[in-house]
Amino acid sequence: MKLFKRKKVATLTERGENAISVKEVEGLSQGQIVLRRFLRHRAAVFSMTYLISVILFVFSAVDSRLGPIKLNGWWKYTNEDMPDLRYGEDCGDGAIGCPTLSLIPKFLGGNGMGLGEHPFGQDDIGRDYFALVMLGAQRSIQVMLVIGILAGIIGTVIGALAGYYRGTVDNVLMRFTDFIITIPVVIIGAVIGARVGNLGAIFLAVFLGLFVWTGLARLVRGDFLSLREREFVDAARVAGASTRRIIFKHILPNAIGVIVVAVTLLLSSAILLETALSYLGFGVVPPDVSLGLLINEYQDSFTTRPWLFWYPGFFIVSIALSVNFIGDGLRDAFDPRQRRRITRRDRMRAKRVNRTVA
Amino acid sequence: MLAFIARRLGALIVVLFGSSFILYNLAAISGDPIGALRFSDDREAEALIKELEEFLRLDVPPPLRYFIWLRGILGVFTGNVDFGQTRLRGPVSTELFAAIPVTIRLVLIATILSIVIGIALGIISALRQYSRFDYSMTFFAFLLFSLPIFWVAVLLKRYLAITFNNFLEDPYISMRWRITLGLVIGLIFASLFARSRRLFWPIFGALTLGMVGFLTFVNEAGLILNPRLGLVGILFFSLLICVGITFVSTGLSNRPALYSSLTMVPLTIVSYFGIQGQLNASTSIPRLLGFALITSAVAVVVALIFARQDRGPVIRTAVLSALLSANLIVVDKFMRTWKPYMEEDAVNFRPIPTIGQAKELLPQEDFWIVTLDTLIHLFLPTVALMLISFAGYIRYSRGTLLEVLNQDFIRTARAKGLTERTVIMRHAFRNTMIPLATIMVVDFAGIVGGAIITEQVFGWNGMGTLFNRAVSTIDLNLLMGVFSITATLAVLANLVADLLYSALDPRIRVGGGK
Repeated sequence: MKLFKRKKVATLTERGENAISVKEVEGLSQGQIVLRRFLRHRAAVFSMTYLISVILFVFSAVDSRLGPIKLNGWWKYTNEDMPDLRYGEDCGDGAIGCPTLSLIPKFLGGNGMGLGEHPFGQDDIGRDYFALVMLGAQRSIQVMLVIGILAGIIGTVIGALAGYYRGTVDNVLMRFTDFIITIPVVIIGAVIGARVGNLGAIFLAVFLGLFVWTGLARLVRGDFLSLREREFVDAARVAGASTRRIIFKHILPNAIGVIVVAVTLLLSSAILLETALSYLGFGVVPPDVSLGLLINEYQDSFTTRPWLFWYPGFFIVSIALSVNFIGDGLRDAFDPRQRRRITRRDRMRAKRVNRTVA
Repeated sequence: MLAFIARRLGALIVVLFGSSFILYNLAAISGDPIGALRFSDDREAEALIKELEEFLRLDVPPPLRYFIWLRGILGVFTGNVDFGQTRLRGPVSTELFAAIPVTIRLVLIATILSIVIGIALGIISALRQYSRFDYSMTFFAFLLFSLPIFWVAVLLKRYLAITFNNFLEDPYISMRWRITLGLVIGLIFASLFARSRRLFWPIFGALTLGMVGFLTFVNEAGLILNPRLGLVGILFFSLLICVGITFVSTGLSNRPALYSSLTMVPLTIVSYFGIQGQLNASTSIPRLLGFALITSAVAVVVALIFARQDRGPVIRTAVLSALLSANLIVVDKFMRTWKPYMEEDAVNFRPIPTIGQAKELLPQEDFWIVTLDTLIHLFLPTVALMLISFAGYIRYSRGTLLEVLNQDFIRTARAKGLTERTVIMRHAFRNTMIPLATIMVVDFAGIVGGAIITEQVFGWNGMGTLFNRAVSTIDLNLLMGVFSITATLAVLANLVADLLYSALDPRIRVGGGK
């Protein structure tokens, strides 16, 4: 029951701690410091690796198009193929279209590692579920990126203009932001999705991106309001820098931390928004595929064929989770007040530094 | 101050007009309200189209049609608001007033629980910064952030409802489950309470063994089908509550508080026997509130007897202990209702529903059975909503408390020799609550409109269902009706949050008042 423990009295002198932080950033540029701090956040680095490999895997598995470039997937089925539905003795338990993915190697008593014929099973009419999930994940990732980038740009521009010019510009832009922020995102999304959902996932993403920048704009405005009063901005102005130069060269680099972190968090909420809308039936509509739509279509078969439900869910959760962790790592990396936990090794080093200083 | 509020209210009205105008036009261009009829080869389609066009005023372009709708709403200033009519020719207001209580019932408990649990976990997590518990809480919070609620809901329906109902057919907890549950409970609470690594294993072992023993007892006594706290249970939990409350509220060294709180234990036992006759089919919520009032009065008297000076904290402790202990009696009564509830024909030993607000076939006679039915229907949606929303509170309260703990006044408080409990509860916790309070206000306003997906998944007929219907049938009046309620609450909550902030934190002055 000892909830309140007395904090250990700091054994380090202030000087030693400072010595550690000074030693760490000696002779490094801002970017290098941020990168170094980010790489120290193990969960974030792991998430980054995971996210990149998932994106590579998903986009190479089935055919994908990036503008004019068309990539052929290495997987043998597409979402339109209809191979024979596996059932009976192939599956056991009377299940139909069961998954063949096996991750337990033979020497541990499993069936050996391998994808098999239909790693994620088949849906009601025999379509290969692996291909469907890969395509759905492609859509969801595309939607996420489009929303994030578009909303990031709009939010940054509006926030920067409002914060830099203040006065009337600020009033007009912020009232406009207020108008949109008052309408819950799900409502905007549903109203838009009901209209443009059938035009394809990317259209949906563009339209959603036009409406979800509000939180970011407020953050950026606040940052700009305080940054524009700083001495280095005055100095630049006195030296005759143009407004554009002040905004892009002097203020924006200082606000980039806030922006990057906010955009990352926007990404993770974007993928959840897309799946939620598709689930409600206001987002991506068939014949297009998205992860939310897959869950919506097959939630009733959870009792008999749970894999139809697990795999798309796994991709949604793992992508959103890794994006969240990357955001956390970036926040730590950009936060100048962030001190890392002082470990025993640091204390030893601090003692050495102290000795040499003294 | 008054000028500030007036100015803010003026801005609020402008914002509401602006956003409703945007939404109205967005919704109007989002689809053709009579699109389904246009391609119908029904002979009467043409007449229907004509009639609908007239009824929906489709001859007026959307930006102007907005003002027709607005004229009805502006009646709010003269006292007769007109939300217009739905496509089914019913007034929107009746539908709204039917839906609002349902939604509030659905979301209120979940919001309160997630605030309490989230803040508690966040604070413990901050006090144990960089411990294993802290890391696992961070991971847990991020995991919950990343869960789509509809996905969680399907899992809950499967594993908490259907599997549990199946389990009730032969309610015997197997040894494997007993050990697993014991290990899980032991792990969670040991990491909560263990101050150091050295203490972790003894606490863990004791809790695990205790849990396994308890589950065995539950098995043998048939408590799953016929649960009750009984005298021993009430004695145990009431003792736990009283000591715990005193520990957090005043510290165990405050003897008057401890004694008056402990006095509540025998009083609870006495009233447990005394009150049984009163808890019958005709009990009602007002009567229960009356009991709570009497309990508080008794607690105040006891506290006044024990406390010579500094009476405030002692009274607070005594009243809290008394109310929570008295709650045990109600919990016990609900547990005793479990068996008759399951024996009802409408329930038939499958108590946990996956869908709906109440069992329609249930006889509405017994207060306890009806209330238990409502609570059980709330169970799954509440768990789902909590899982989604309390992660935010964990992160936020942890971050705020860590920031507060780095402030100079905390160092001062420690330096002048206050106990760690006083430093945390009186100096740090109260300051942590200032930003949290403002978030809570905004969250509560979101209650009314905030559960669109949850309502859909669990089949509740609240605001979310209305909204769904409005969007899919392009029913503008209904959509705007839902929106005007939720948006008004949201902007008002923001205003209240600002005022609350300045009231709680004297450093912040709203409106630049002198």
